[in-house]
Amino acid sequence: MKDKKIILVGVAIFVVVVTFPFWYNLGRSAPAPEVVLTPKAQAAEVCVMPTEFMKADHMKLLDVWRHDVVRNGNRIFVNPDGKAFEMSLSNTCLDCHSNTTEFCDRCHDYASVRPYCWDCHIENPKGE
Amino acid sequence: MENSRRRFLQIAGVSALGLGATPVLNAFAASGAQGSGYHLDRNENAATAKQWAMVIDTRKLSTPESLRPIINACNTIHNVPTEIQNKNQEIKWIWEAPYHNAFTDEVQKFMDESVEHRPFLLLCNQCENPPCVRACPTQATFKNKEGIVMMDFHRCIGCRFCMAACPFGARSFNFRDPRPFIKKTNTEFPTRMKGVVEKCNFCAERLAVGKKPACVEASGGAIAFGDLYDPNSDVRKLLKENYTIRRKITLGTEPSVYYIV
Amino acid sequence: MLEFAVKGNKWYWGWVIVLLGIIGAGFGIYLMQLQFGLGLTGLSRDVSWGFYIANFTYLVGVAAGGVMVVLPYYLHNYKAYGRITVLGEFLAIAAIIMCLLFIVVDLGQPMRMLNVLLYPSPNSMLFYDAIVLNGYLFLNLVIGWNVLEAERNGVHYQSWLKPLIYISIPWAVSIHTVTAYLYCGLPGRHYWLTAVLAPRFLSSAFAAGPALLILLCLFIRRFTHFDPGREQIQTLAKTVAYAICINVFFFLCEVFVAFYSKIPGHMTHIQYLFSGLHGHGAMVPWMWASMILMIAGIVLTVTPATRRNEASLAIACMVIIMGTWIDKALGMIAGGFVPNPMHEFNEYVPSMPEMGISLAVYAVGALVLTLLYKMAVGVKEEVKA
Repeated sequence: MKDKKIILVGVAIFVVVVTFPFWYNLGRSAPAPEVVLTPKAQAAEVCVMPTEFMKADHMKLLDVWRHDVVRNGNRIFVNPDGKAFEMSLSNTCLDCHSNTTEFCDRCHDYASVRPYCWDCHIENPKGE
Repeated sequence: MENSRRRFLQIAGVSALGLGATPVLNAFAASGAQGSGYHLDRNENAATAKQWAMVIDTRKLSTPESLRPIINACNTIHNVPTEIQNKNQEIKWIWEAPYHNAFTDEVQKFMDESVEHRPFLLLCNQCENPPCVRACPTQATFKNKEGIVMMDFHRCIGCRFCMAACPFGARSFNFRDPRPFIKKTNTEFPTRMKGVVEKCNFCAERLAVGKKPACVEASGGAIAFGDLYDPNSDVRKLLKENYTIRRKITLGTEPSVYYIV
Repeated sequence: MLEFAVKGNKWYWGWVIVLLGIIGAGFGIYLMQLQFGLGLTGLSRDVSWGFYIANFTYLVGVAAGGVMVVLPYYLHNYKAYGRITVLGEFLAIAAIIMCLLFIVVDLGQPMRMLNVLLYPSPNSMLFYDAIVLNGYLFLNLVIGWNVLEAERNGVHYQSWLKPLIYISIPWAVSIHTVTAYLYCGLPGRHYWLTAVLAPRFLSSAFAAGPALLILLCLFIRRFTHFDPGREQIQTLAKTVAYAICINVFFFLCEVFVAFYSKIPGHMTHIQYLFSGLHGHGAMVPWMWASMILMIAGIVLTVTPATRRNEASLAIACMVIIMGTWIDKALGMIAGGFVPNPMHEFNEYVPSMPEMGISLAVYAVGALVLTLLYKMAVGVKEEVKA
């Protein structure tokens, strides 16, 4: 074990590098973002599903939507209350949530997720 | 000592692989937010068919001018980027071609001149036996329940195997971001992104709400549309009464677009 | 054994640094391609695969060619090849890594690459290609590494390797067969639509792979203390001679079928490649060069005097590598896509960024090969000493 020193130094450097993001950001947590609802969204009160569900699972629901619209040809979503919606990101979701920068992006930026929805889907269909 | 240390490293390596795979497997298990009390349905007006098909009466579309509104209707509705300058990398859903390019196997030495000089509308043939679907390694292109060869742009990896497989040149690849090349964006329909293949979808989004395809609507009756397997459909009536041809039928792909010449 | 790869003279490190430089530059260009899209390449609607897939096809052949040393040694107990089987296996590893990279750089949406595994599609040849290529990489890594280690320790390799070795032999054939099936099952592409495509790919592979191996053996003998052996090189040369003859023969079979049947669809692509059609003839000089090179290769390898002379054998190998590369890489892509199924002519010329990225992929292969061969030669020198 004549290389003991070198090995230990190597291990130390490795540990420091690997844990860098943790201690670099220590004590600097950004405040949780606040999403802004448009007047239309506020007036509607509920989304296609209960708010708690949407907060936690909107991405999964959107995945179900896109899969079913494209692959199974189902375009209507009927929620547990029996209310029907067209399954369309631009035409249904953004009809109320037309403020994508304040509604979608804030949380996504905070959580460091970068969905590529807007590469294809029109971000601001109403041109507001 | 030597041996056991190596053994440990080997096991550690394999375990690291296993740990890396766990979140992936969890993601599979979690996919799908089914079972939350909702259900998915078709639009009640949706038109349905076993195999959608098209009959183009080329006698009624004898000049390039007569094709223009049809092609434009499709391009504007589907956000087809028509402003791409490099013609080798352009995107085409429905376009115009001379007879000898459209019907390469049926060119006569001396032909009816009106047919020879007539422009023909070309689009995806929505083959019943599509080689592009066979080739796709991710099922990003697939045949839907109504016989339409669909594109799932979310899934396409851009390998372009389908383009090599298509004998009709019906598929286009987005060599770059198409958005700057769209003349006027239709906000109700998505655009595409760079790196995916696209083509005519027989207006699946319009059929879903009971409308006819855009080209059919714009053709002023020159293009008929209907279910190939419904003996009373518009297309079957026309096929019964007119001699029609299809492109490259010897390849066995069974195109669903028929031409009256 | 890794320690051999981190010990070397200034030439070794200089070469490694040059390769890393090329890889770095190529990676930069690739980031540009990722940002802009494949519009940076010379590809088009009509020629939708180009330089990347051409080189991929060729390198699958080089990888499969490694089996030409593995098979005689393990199946026919041809002892002489014991010295160089590991060179064949390591060459296969480097070639497969290049193949996989060429596929990745060709994708429009590479970050979705794993969709191939997430939505397995057994009707797609690309699905099988992913399986056989990765499988072959795995087999060669495991076999090559363990056999070399056993040799270093002066023991017989582990008995569980035996079945893997036997599997690797038909597996080598499978990688190039499946690669041919990518092309030859497509309706409407008459140049590819031929049952002899897979055999043709294999014959050209069994010429090009061993030819490259001969050059590498000559290099190793010249610059290291390990001699792969004269007998070994001569036997490889005979393999090359047979394979290149068969390759040209298969091509002539294609020519006969096309031009005796006189079916236009079969003739047009060959006419385009060798004489040009309707004023489009970018490939003509290349294709004739390919034919001349391959025939020169036949003359040099079949004639005993030039085959036995290692200087002329080296020239023969280079000539064959170039000839088969034009034939299988450039010609296969251009001939398949031009004219397009609507008889329109849009020729293809790779762009500079495309060639830069391709060069970097070759540099990755060269780097992998350098490191692996450094280890192999290190072990051989140690065992000899």
